[in-house]
Amino acid sequence: MSVLVFAESLTGSIKKSAQEAIAYGYQAAKAMGTDCVALTIGNADGASELGKYGATKVYNVAASNSFDAQVYASIIAQAAEQVSATLIVFAHSSSGKSLAGRLAARFDGGLCSAVITTPEVSGSAIRVRKGVFSGKAYASYELSGPKNVVTIAANTFRPEVVGADAVVENLTVSAASGRVTVKSLNTVTGTVPLPEADMVVSAGRGMKGPENWGIVEELANILGAATACSRPVADVHWRPHHEHVGQTGVAIRPTLYIALGISGAIQHLAGVNQSKVIVVVNNDPEAPFFKAADYGIVGDLFDVVPKITDAIRRLKSAQN
Amino acid sequence: MKILVCISQTPDTTTKIKFNGELTQLDAYGVQFIMNPYDEWYALVRAIELKEQLGGDVTVLHVGLASNEPTIRKALAIGADSAVRVDAEAQNALFVAKQVAAHAKTENYDIIFFGKETIDYNGSEVPSMVSELLDLPFVSYGSELTMNGNLATVARDIEGGKETVELSTPFVISAAKGMAEQRIPNMKGIMMSKTKPIKVVPAQAVAAVTTIVKYEYPAEKKGCKMISADNVEELVNLLHNEAKVI
Ligand SMILES: Cc1cc2nc3c(=O)[nH]c(=O)nc-3n(C[C@H](O)[C@H](O)[C@H](O)COP(=O)(O)OP(=O)(O)OC[C@H]3O[C@@H](n4cnc5c(N)ncnc54)[C@H](O)[C@@H]3O)c2cc1C
Ligand SMILES: Nc1ncnc2c1ncn2[C@@H]1O[C@H](COP(=O)(O)O)[C@@H](O)[C@H]1O
Repeated sequence: MSVLVFAESLTGSIKKSAQEAIAYGYQAAKAMGTDCVALTIGNADGASELGKYGATKVYNVAASNSFDAQVYASIIAQAAEQVSATLIVFAHSSSGKSLAGRLAARFDGGLCSAVITTPEVSGSAIRVRKGVFSGKAYASYELSGPKNVVTIAANTFRPEVVGADAVVENLTVSAASGRVTVKSLNTVTGTVPLPEADMVVSAGRGMKGPENWGIVEELANILGAATACSRPVADVHWRPHHEHVGQTGVAIRPTLYIALGISGAIQHLAGVNQSKVIVVVNNDPEAPFFKAADYGIVGDLFDVVPKITDAIRRLKSAQN
Repeated sequence: MKILVCISQTPDTTTKIKFNGELTQLDAYGVQFIMNPYDEWYALVRAIELKEQLGGDVTVLHVGLASNEPTIRKALAIGADSAVRVDAEAQNALFVAKQVAAHAKTENYDIIFFGKETIDYNGSEVPSMVSELLDLPFVSYGSELTMNGNLATVARDIEGGKETVELSTPFVISAAKGMAEQRIPNMKGIMMSKTKPIKVVPAQAVAAVTTIVKYEYPAEKKGCKMISADNVEELVNLLHNEAKVI
């Protein structure tokens, strides 16, 4: 028996979401009385560090870093057999989500995606929770397959150092040949991708125009946060589409979400209301977003935002 | 092009959500149900566009009870040619996936379209499962799809950017925003939808290994702490010392 965690490294190195998945696998293995085993595919800088976060073994399968769900699923399934996994863990990322269903289908396993709790053992089954209905409720799932599969919500399980670096061992599987060819991969460099960001500064139509985004970026920079926007802002191309959060955009779960000049429509909240702390700046005291917020300022964002940035800058320099 | 589009039905985001007394089931009374937006706006419309461009036909498949037929009729009104309804409540993703796979095995679809996820459970599970059950390549979160003969070029949304891939039919794809523009059914479409066939087939039995045992309502927000615009220092102070997030 074991808990198998797929630690993704599509860009050649281990991502933060993969470290979180190991932290989850470690907790899950403890609850289930077994070990957490990590699997990496292709180049995976930082793989040995996974030992620190709780993997007792780290395996690597030599293969291409180009993502093909069919090929990756076949590799992970063979690894799961070899290590007798009863739980397979993925990050709730575009690749994790594309694989989780394939593994569950292959093993007739239970599946729950974007879980926010570590497994509670209930006989031979496990129970996990997730948010449902746009954050209007939670559901507890019982997974009772021979092998079960979960994807874990981002920014929910913190990697903590519980061990030492591991030696990465090769694992041999028979590789299927891919039928998907990756032609290009364009991702923003230098900044944290929005779904993984711990802090997010987001702005809406209250910004009046794309030329005013400087103050949003300054606040994001001082915090080390990612930037996001409401849907109408992306629709009129003030901001790139991958920044659009909400029901039809990206769903995020950062520790801190700062909303500037966003009214707080239900479809927007659907993608952000699982954030731990929400700050709203809006010049309309009746803006619905205040009802979903933890801290609010009624005021003109063009006046308030630079002041927030200054105050954070002072806090940071006092800390150093 | 022979295309299958799998459509689901979900509560509208603006609907109030309630459960039964034991908190084990959604109380559907008064809930406004809609076709899942990703299925309707993106998967279905792109499938119809491809048919218009290249010829062929579009079948929609729905796993659900007869009470969901208005959703199927809407898909026919938007432009699908025919429909299949698997006559059973959608118990969980694997259940749905096995029904879809059982149907797809009897037909030779070039493309099987899905929405990227349902907006109620946000599972993003069924498309990936179906691709495995049919041993087909799978491209998730497609935001652009162009066909050149049987070769497809797909742009897909990934964390912080886009990936462009190529693959040949047959394949499974899930559709995200950008794939197409929403189409509102017109009068002619609505009239024609009434004469289009909906084939009803029985469901296959699937062992339930994923079950929802209980729902919970989220804890009420404590209420928003208001800070004066003249005192943003206080906000930063609270974020640092009270919320401990910066
Ligand atoms: C099916 C469907 C799906 C949708 N999906 C999404 C989605 O995924 N994401 C999303 O965001 N929306 C989505 N929407 C749109 C959503 O309903 C709202 O229309 C949208 O979120 C509003 O964007 P906004 O808050 O930026 O703009 P507005 O609603 O126009 O709000 C602007 C806010 O800025 C404030 N403001 C103006 N000037 C200032 C100033 N100087 N200082 C401070 N505050 C100021 C105003 O008081 C106002 O509250 C969807 C809608 C539908 C119907
Ligand atoms: N009951 C259903 N009948 C047909 N297709 C479905 C059903 N449920 C989900 N799907 C399809 O699977 C996609 C992803 O659903 P999910 O995995 O539940 O998030 C949806 O966008 C639909 O295309």
